[in-house]
Amino acid sequence: MKVAILQFPGSNCDWDAEHAVKDVLGINAARIWHKSSLPSETEAIIVPGGFSFGDYLRCGAIARFSPIMKDVKSFAEKGGQILGICNGFQILCEAGLLPGALIRNDCLEFRCVNQKVKVVDSNDRFNPAKLGSELVIPIAHGEGNYRLKSAELDKLESNNQVLLRYDDNPNGSINDIAGIRNEQGNVYGMMPHPERAVESYHPSTDGISILKSFLEPVLNPSSVELSAS
Amino acid sequence: MTENIVRPLPLNPDPLLNVEITTELVAQHGLLPEEYETILKILGRVPNLTELGIFSVMWSEHCAYKNTRKLLRLFPTEKKDKDAIGQVLVKAGEENAGVIDVGEGWGVAFKIESHNHPSAIEPFEGAATGVGGIVRDIFTMGARPVLLTNSLRFGSLESAQVKRLFRGVVSGISHYGNCLGIPNMGGDVYFDDCYEGNPLVNALCAGILKHEEIQRGAATGVGNPVYYVGPGTGRDGLGGASFASRELTEESAADRPAVQKGDPFMEKLLLEACLEMMAIPGLVVGIQDMGAAGLTCSTCETASRGNSGIEIDLDLVPQRETGMNSYEIMLSESQERMLVIVQKGREREIEEVFEKWDLHAAHVGEVKNGDRMVVKHKGVVVADLPAKSLTDEAPIYDQPASEPAHVTAARDWRVDSIPELSPDSVESSLLKLLAHPTIASKRWVWQQYDHMVMSGCTVEPGSDAGVVHLSIAGIDKRLAISNDCNNRFCYLDPYKGAQIAFAECMRNLACSGAKALAVTDNLNFANPNKPEAYFMLKECVKGLADACTFFDVPVVGGNVSLYNEHGEGAIDPTPVISMVGLIEKAERVTRSFVEQSGQSIILLGGLPNELGGSYFLQTKYGKKEGTCPEVDFSEEKKIQDFLIHSIDSGLVEAAHDLAEGGLLVAVSEMLFEKPNLGIDLSVDSLGNSNRLDALLFGESQGRVLISVSDDKLDELLVLAGEKSLPAIVLGSINESGRLKFSLSGNEILDSNVAQLHRIWSDAIPRKMNQN
Repeated sequence: MKVAILQFPGSNCDWDAEHAVKDVLGINAARIWHKSSLPSETEAIIVPGGFSFGDYLRCGAIARFSPIMKDVKSFAEKGGQILGICNGFQILCEAGLLPGALIRNDCLEFRCVNQKVKVVDSNDRFNPAKLGSELVIPIAHGEGNYRLKSAELDKLESNNQVLLRYDDNPNGSINDIAGIRNEQGNVYGMMPHPERAVESYHPSTDGISILKSFLEPVLNPSSVELSAS
Repeated sequence: MTENIVRPLPLNPDPLLNVEITTELVAQHGLLPEEYETILKILGRVPNLTELGIFSVMWSEHCAYKNTRKLLRLFPTEKKDKDAIGQVLVKAGEENAGVIDVGEGWGVAFKIESHNHPSAIEPFEGAATGVGGIVRDIFTMGARPVLLTNSLRFGSLESAQVKRLFRGVVSGISHYGNCLGIPNMGGDVYFDDCYEGNPLVNALCAGILKHEEIQRGAATGVGNPVYYVGPGTGRDGLGGASFASRELTEESAADRPAVQKGDPFMEKLLLEACLEMMAIPGLVVGIQDMGAAGLTCSTCETASRGNSGIEIDLDLVPQRETGMNSYEIMLSESQERMLVIVQKGREREIEEVFEKWDLHAAHVGEVKNGDRMVVKHKGVVVADLPAKSLTDEAPIYDQPASEPAHVTAARDWRVDSIPELSPDSVESSLLKLLAHPTIASKRWVWQQYDHMVMSGCTVEPGSDAGVVHLSIAGIDKRLAISNDCNNRFCYLDPYKGAQIAFAECMRNLACSGAKALAVTDNLNFANPNKPEAYFMLKECVKGLADACTFFDVPVVGGNVSLYNEHGEGAIDPTPVISMVGLIEKAERVTRSFVEQSGQSIILLGGLPNELGGSYFLQTKYGKKEGTCPEVDFSEEKKIQDFLIHSIDSGLVEAAHDLAEGGLLVAVSEMLFEKPNLGIDLSVDSLGNSNRLDALLFGESQGRVLISVSDDKLDELLVLAGEKSLPAIVLGSINESGRLKFSLSGNEILDSNVAQLHRIWSDAIPRKMNQN
């Protein structure tokens, strides 16, 4: 097994993520239950979208206490590749693996639309030259309004940790932020769903390049440079 | 009758329940004196209060279809053509939902159900639990739910109260369905004064399963353990089924405890745990959702279907409140619970699955010999009833029917009573129609629904039918879904109105490239004890049954919601029709939007020529009147067959059904995805009505607009000629951004498409943002 897709009670994009990685990209992937430990052969982790623990308390606030999160944290510390999508992004923020928090959309409603996003020149793996400057990726969330203290925001921006920005901001996120990475460049988080933009019948197939960029170290271990910031 | 049956039951452990069963108590339980007499005969003794409660919910309209059972027998429940795709695997009424074959060993379970009364009182929870209930019906069958839709009806959006209901219902559906992770493909929403105070909330779910995975809701195998799974039972939703079988009154707000509170997270866990459990070969004997009438309904229905007895002990039922008595536990409608009968000796297997998902799996009883449903509480038998008496012996009524005066008047209506439309009023009439919330864009609604989860969304809401790819089943097939019912036609002519709902639904599927397989219907009507209301119900059912028979599209399940009245008014008859269709090949998926120039718009079916019941009469003159448009099923079939054939042959770029608002509205809608496009429509004559309003805004049936590439136009017209199908080329798509219309060479409309689009797309958000 190469890509571990975490499954919490209430996860609901776990199947979609597995389908995109396994069936579309042809990379070995499996869903791993939150009470298990991370398989030793894990080379990358996707924390999928959904409503882990029913979004009780705050989105992602309970999932961060799940047994598997201990392994996820040490995997991250060792430089392992982790991508949090939607609720997965919220979980990684709650777990302290990514900075900031995601609060209620400023329109106070859930939004499911095909969203235009701009790719930011973040590092060797994630930049407009590789991914294209503008992508269409679905969003589907009620709490996607990214917030960060201004000092930390300055740091995030100056480190080029922003990956994606919304065109026509749907949720009030600060600086139109739709996706970020950690300083080291091994933990990604984004509200848009790249796994929903991989098939010919999807609104675009732009998600493929995002997933490939994330999985680059697994696909092509020799060419990886951690943190190019 | 044995002596054992007539012996009185011991006293209930809760003294409050040991009361004399008086006439008043019987009436409070919604049972008629003659119904109570029947109960006495069945039991051979006086029931105790718990038993009376059990009878009242099982014999309510909601569970027993007392007033409709006879009528529902008119529906065909299987296909006549035994070679066609879509054979019925589980028929209407047999189980929690019907199942049809979709080929290659796969089946689709689907059903629609109403949650009207709860939503009127508590819109958010009422609508949310409506979604929860129908989803349970589907996964109870062993199916993985793959799509949701809703049919919603509200009063006028001018009213603050209606806005509150609309917002509450949509967010309740959004909250529950999104959390479950089942794509919600939208559905339909109508706004009409008749729904003021009594909104309709009908929720549909469809799921996919292998034939051999179909589960049954039967308790069989004496000694097999009966399990209660899901969260604990509380006092919420007490007697919801009997509540749903009454008219709404001012006092209905006091019924709020009868509205259940949903927890979609619990339902998601239950869904996954149940599917995991059902995947274990041979473990599950029977499974039944605890929906309406909760534990009562699930125990007596499983026993009745299994021709068995069943015994449960309420002390073993997980409870989230203290001090609940047998009446409360049996009648509670707490959500997200199931009853499961498993093979004796395999108890650990079910328990392990539910432990994994942190849910209760409580062994509460077992399957018994005989036919009794026996309930124990604190060591005492608190109910002992023949299970079949509850499910099969409910009274059936044939009510008197009489035609309401307005139906007679509608038949005799003359179009001359409406002044001719002057050409300079065409644009303002079009603008009014596009701004009517029934016609306006519903994006405000469906962008709150996650319609893309499960990665299958192929045609998003807003087109004639939603289309979902069944990638989750690993098969290259697509399900198309459409809901329809124009209440105005059903009000003016119930028989034809129901047929129009059916034909339009099927036509919508054909426009998406899908062939209709089967129907689920939700019959929303007023109080059947009123002869005029019963007439409308009866005629709608007849019309619908005749349509199903003609097109060989059977009914595989559905729901009846009666007593939809509030204060002085009743709702218009609203038989909501939902159909599932199948699209085998990717290239056949067709949307209703034109994407580029170099195409022509063709009208199939001839120029519209009827004005009766139209939205034009409503928006221009405030009138709900007129003769319902003609229904000609042979012509309808010819058009739909032609449409599917030409889509199959790759001749059609886009297809859109002519419906509410008529021709100009339909053409506008086709342009709305790319408002930079335009078209010069031109027609030589007014058609056989000789009226401009009927031509441009009439809602004649059996009309479809298609868009065809200019290089395929001749081929299409020749094909139409061969089938002697009226096909009129209205004009070709250009990039002018103008919608023009000329009659016999005289231009009478020149509108800016972007402006029309703005009016259409802003209408609902603008109203919802006004306070």
